Amino acid sequence: MDVGSSTEGLRNNAVSRVNLRARGVTIHYWVERANAAFLAVDGIDVDIQEGEFVAILGPSGCGKTTFINAVSGTQAISGGSLTLDGKSIEGPGPDRAMVFQQASLLPWRSVRDNVLFGAQMQRRLGREESARRADHLIKLVGLGGFEKAYPSELSGGMQQRVNLARALATNPRMLLLDEPFAALDAQTRELMQDELLRVWEEEKTTALFITHDIKEAVFLADRVIVFSARPGRIKREVQVDLPRPRGRETRRSDRFREIEDLLHDSIQEEVLAAAKRELARGAA
Amino acid sequence: MTDRAAQREAATRDAVETRVSATPDRIPGQPGPIARYERAIIGTVSVVSFLIFWEVIAQIRLMPELFLPGPSDIWRAYLVLLKTNTLGRDIWVSGQELLVGYGLAIVVGLPFGLLMAWYKRLGFALDPFVNFFFATPRTAMFPLFLIWFGLGLGSKVAIVFLGAFFPIVINTIAGVRNLDPALIRMARSFSARDWDLFRDIVLPGSVPFILSGCRLGLGHALISVVVGEMIGAEAGIGLMMANAGSVFQTARVFVGITIVAGAGVILTLILQKIEARFQSWKPQP
Ligand SMILES: Nc1ncnc2c1ncn2[C@@H]1O[C@H](COP(=O)(O)OP(=O)(O)OP(=O)(O)O)[C@@H](O)[C@H]1O
Ligand SMILES: [Mg+2]
Repeated sequence: MDVGSSTEGLRNNAVSRVNLRARGVTIHYWVERANAAFLAVDGIDVDIQEGEFVAILGPSGCGKTTFINAVSGTQAISGGSLTLDGKSIEGPGPDRAMVFQQASLLPWRSVRDNVLFGAQMQRRLGREESARRADHLIKLVGLGGFEKAYPSELSGGMQQRVNLARALATNPRMLLLDEPFAALDAQTRELMQDELLRVWEEEKTTALFITHDIKEAVFLADRVIVFSARPGRIKREVQVDLPRPRGRETRRSDRFREIEDLLHDSIQEEVLAAAKRELARGAA
Repeated sequence: MTDRAAQREAATRDAVETRVSATPDRIPGQPGPIARYERAIIGTVSVVSFLIFWEVIAQIRLMPELFLPGPSDIWRAYLVLLKTNTLGRDIWVSGQELLVGYGLAIVVGLPFGLLMAWYKRLGFALDPFVNFFFATPRTAMFPLFLIWFGLGLGSKVAIVFLGAFFPIVINTIAGVRNLDPALIRMARSFSARDWDLFRDIVLPGSVPFILSGCRLGLGHALISVVVGEMIGAEAGIGLMMANAGSVFQTARVFVGITIVAGAGVILTLILQKIEARFQSWKPQP
């Protein structure tokens, strides 16, 4: 809404259906030690269209994980409404799948069995079909040959690929990604971003991607939502009108840098504001 | 000069090639030719030396045989006991008591511990009892069991069960409480039901704790069999040892000790095999 007022280059326009709708979503944690409620997310309004790739960008501890957990149905909201295809989100469902900040693989299962875990829990596919799909996805995320390896035998980046393949194996309509590449080195991260876009175009899912890396948000998303520092509020929304498919040239383009700068300033304000607040609290 | 240069060039080429295609002499973690058997060799040598030392001490009779019989004396006592045919019966009786009591403790204790850890309120309700029994020496309950279940198998099965049950329960609870909450959240996000969580996360995730609970429980079970039989029984290794001890047949007491120790070692080995099976995914330390 700030930058590209045009919708060129976007896969979705006004005719597409709203997939996720958040209205005034507020989330509290009960903190036993303080015997008080802690406001983590405050009044989030978001619409995500079918097939859209949306990134949420925000400083550490601003409630990004909390919000995406609410979308996944593992975190109850304390106010507002959160609907998927018009139905209120009451719990986890087969229409969503999460890629976690920590890989969260079962150490006693092989790569293939980890990839199958989600689909198995959702009782989605027959044995034959699921095994075939798992093998296809393992190749898709570049882990061919490691089907029988255990997580302890994989590098961090390889574990995150399994994490991604596990979510894709459930054929979700909406893919939820919580800083999946945050722990990777810069080169591996760019590689994974390329692969994620490739997979996303192939699988045609809606994606909600959380990150605190500005470049990552710009490269991946159709739209970037900036969260304020604690508690999480929407500070700003930016359309990313970079053409798809995106690749190396996208990262080098002037438009890319322009949007990046814009977001950078916006985030910096937030980080400074948060730091000032912390200092004030320390002094008090 | 040119010769030198050529030589140097060849050396560089060699170095590069070595770096590229070298197979290392030894990969860290790969066992050497002897290392594989090191454990068995050193262990055997140390045990055999000890037995020889013991035999020598016993044979020079620093102390009377009544006080310290040597390994050969114990072996002779063992053969005599076998001939009289009561030893087989004693082993059979004690073995039954041990296996039935211990088996029951596992079959009941495991689900008991899982449920207590999983359903918080059930844990609240049962915690006081578990703590009470775990803190009390359970052999103190034996006179009660003699009254309730008599001199036969029943009272010993009960005391073995009680001895093994609580370590298994307490370790199982600790195993469940130590599960990675991120894994539970992950499974929940994929709509896992309670039963799925049990089978695919809680159970495999707490196996190391459960098995060490089983090992602890085994120690308690062995103590319970022996002590129980010494206090009140019609047959069994414990009774045999108590009788032999009261008439200073020291070698027979040692026979009993070796049988109990042997049973402990064999059962522990079986548990270790099971543990290894469950842990094949673990990185080697
Ligand atoms: N279980 C909890 N109990 C109490 N407070 C919590 C809990 N989980 C998170 N919080 C608080 O809520 C706030 C938001 O946490 P959240 O994990 O959503 O942050 P985040 O934006 O994902 O941060 P990061 O980028 O570091 O992952 C934090 O300030 C944190 O202290
Ligand atoms: Mg987070």
